[in-house]
Amino acid sequence: MNDYQHSDSFDNLFELYQEVIIDHSQHPHHFGALPQATHHAEGVNPLCGDTLTLYLKIENAVIRDAAFQGHGCAISTASASLLTDSIIGKSIDEAKRLFEAFHQLITSEKETAADNMLGKLIILAGVKNYPARVKCATLAWHTLQAALRQDAQPVTTEA
Amino acid sequence: MLDAKAIKKDFPALNQQVHGKDLVYLDSAASAQKPQAVIDAIVEVYRKDYSNVHRGVHTLSERATRHFEAARETISRFIGAQDSREIIFVRGTTEAINLVAHSYGRHCIKKDDEIIISEMEHHSNIIPWQLLCEQTGAILRIIPVTNSGDLDETAFKKLCSSRTKLLAITHVSNAIGTINPIKALIAEAHRHNIPVLIDGAQGIMHQRVDVQDLDCDFYAFSGHKLYGPTGIGVLYGKTKWLEAMPPYQGGGEMINQVSFEKTTYANIPHKFEAGTPDIASVAGLSAACNYIQQVGFEAIHQHENALLHYATEALMTVPELRIIGNPTERAPLLSFTVEHIHAHDLGTILDHAGVAIRTGHHCAMPLMKRYGLAATARASLAIYNTQHDIDVLVEGLHKARGIFKR
Repeated sequence: MNDYQHSDSFDNLFELYQEVIIDHSQHPHHFGALPQATHHAEGVNPLCGDTLTLYLKIENAVIRDAAFQGHGCAISTASASLLTDSIIGKSIDEAKRLFEAFHQLITSEKETAADNMLGKLIILAGVKNYPARVKCATLAWHTLQAALRQDAQPVTTEA
Repeated sequence: MLDAKAIKKDFPALNQQVHGKDLVYLDSAASAQKPQAVIDAIVEVYRKDYSNVHRGVHTLSERATRHFEAARETISRFIGAQDSREIIFVRGTTEAINLVAHSYGRHCIKKDDEIIISEMEHHSNIIPWQLLCEQTGAILRIIPVTNSGDLDETAFKKLCSSRTKLLAITHVSNAIGTINPIKALIAEAHRHNIPVLIDGAQGIMHQRVDVQDLDCDFYAFSGHKLYGPTGIGVLYGKTKWLEAMPPYQGGGEMINQVSFEKTTYANIPHKFEAGTPDIASVAGLSAACNYIQQVGFEAIHQHENALLHYATEALMTVPELRIIGNPTERAPLLSFTVEHIHAHDLGTILDHAGVAIRTGHHCAMPLMKRYGLAATARASLAIYNTQHDIDVLVEGLHKARGIFKR
């Protein structure tokens, strides 16, 4: 291990850059195209130029498979990776509720009952202390909403 | 030689801690910090000499007007203009370029005319011309950038023709630091009777700009990158152009006579300064020019170049770090990437080391695309930076690699 982990002002940083997040960013799950996709959407963060394409395979209102492509920072890549893990097997309604709960998690101070449904998404909670980085974490989720709406235009974090 | 440590003390905002670490400010290319002299000048206006300018006959108004026009003289001398009437106060470089696009553009540019810009422009020297082209049917031509980050001058020469009505080009690339050989470019353009606008946003603070020596037709810059206030900038234009150009905005202060049948306009510069100007910021900008002249451009150039050299060597010791571009001449800023670590993650981690850098596409998306990059980290140097600042940056980069275990 390295020495830096013990330096005081860096301690907070490890809330943001947790092992699991770094891991997901370096080895994202479901990364690539999804040829059988029924839905897809593009997301852009115009502030940083990050882009993301999310693919969904939906049957009978259930997300059977999901994948994503694009480039972004550790937070946005990890968030997209965790998103795909979380939504596969969920109904569209469940996915929408998950979006609401996730949005609460990283933008609001108080913990809510909905936090229970978040599972391992909870590790992104540290992002709320970094207002400039919240959009990195939400890009994939906004893209999910756009994909569910079947938007033709890319969705942006600045809308 | 310039004493950066002493200079740092002139800038109150630099004397603070971020995340428990002494602030290391390496984002001056986005906006520079302000010396006490500039802050004082702004406060003085509001405390003593404040009133509207060019309006009243009362004492305060006359005093405010006198200071305001004296500031115009100071700034005019600062860039070597022939006449202070060639100094138009605007909000910043962006507004200066838009002014030319609207006023010169609508007056002189028609369908099938051509405007030349380059691949390394900031969005604010791209979009005003795109809008003008959409409105007039003119055509935008782009000078490509070489792998090293220089303008392709051969390509530029081929683009110049009798159809070209303007060359609008940056003095210094905000994204990779290239200093363009603007004097030679201007001379070449003038051989084809092409007027030239220089985007000086990143050029004005690093070397003495002499608009007469350059022979540029327009030079645009912002106060806030020159250690002055936000909300104020300058469009320099040669008298012959400014007199021929129609007003940009209508309103108070820009008129001679107004009636519902016919309005006649004020002479330059007032023709282009509709409405109450940012009086306090003009005083602040004038103070910034005086401050820089006291430090001296020779000392600034020497200091910043030495520091750039030090920073380049230091960054190259960081494994998997790549500096973007290797232009013939570089202003004191370095854009870089670290393999496997996104610029924004670098930015957040460096912030915890007290280091402020810029991350992202730097409002130069076409240039980023040219290099196949989405984002870079950019460290920009100024008169108050020291070798110690660079050491802290490099240490922070090692920490970032530690976090990502690379």
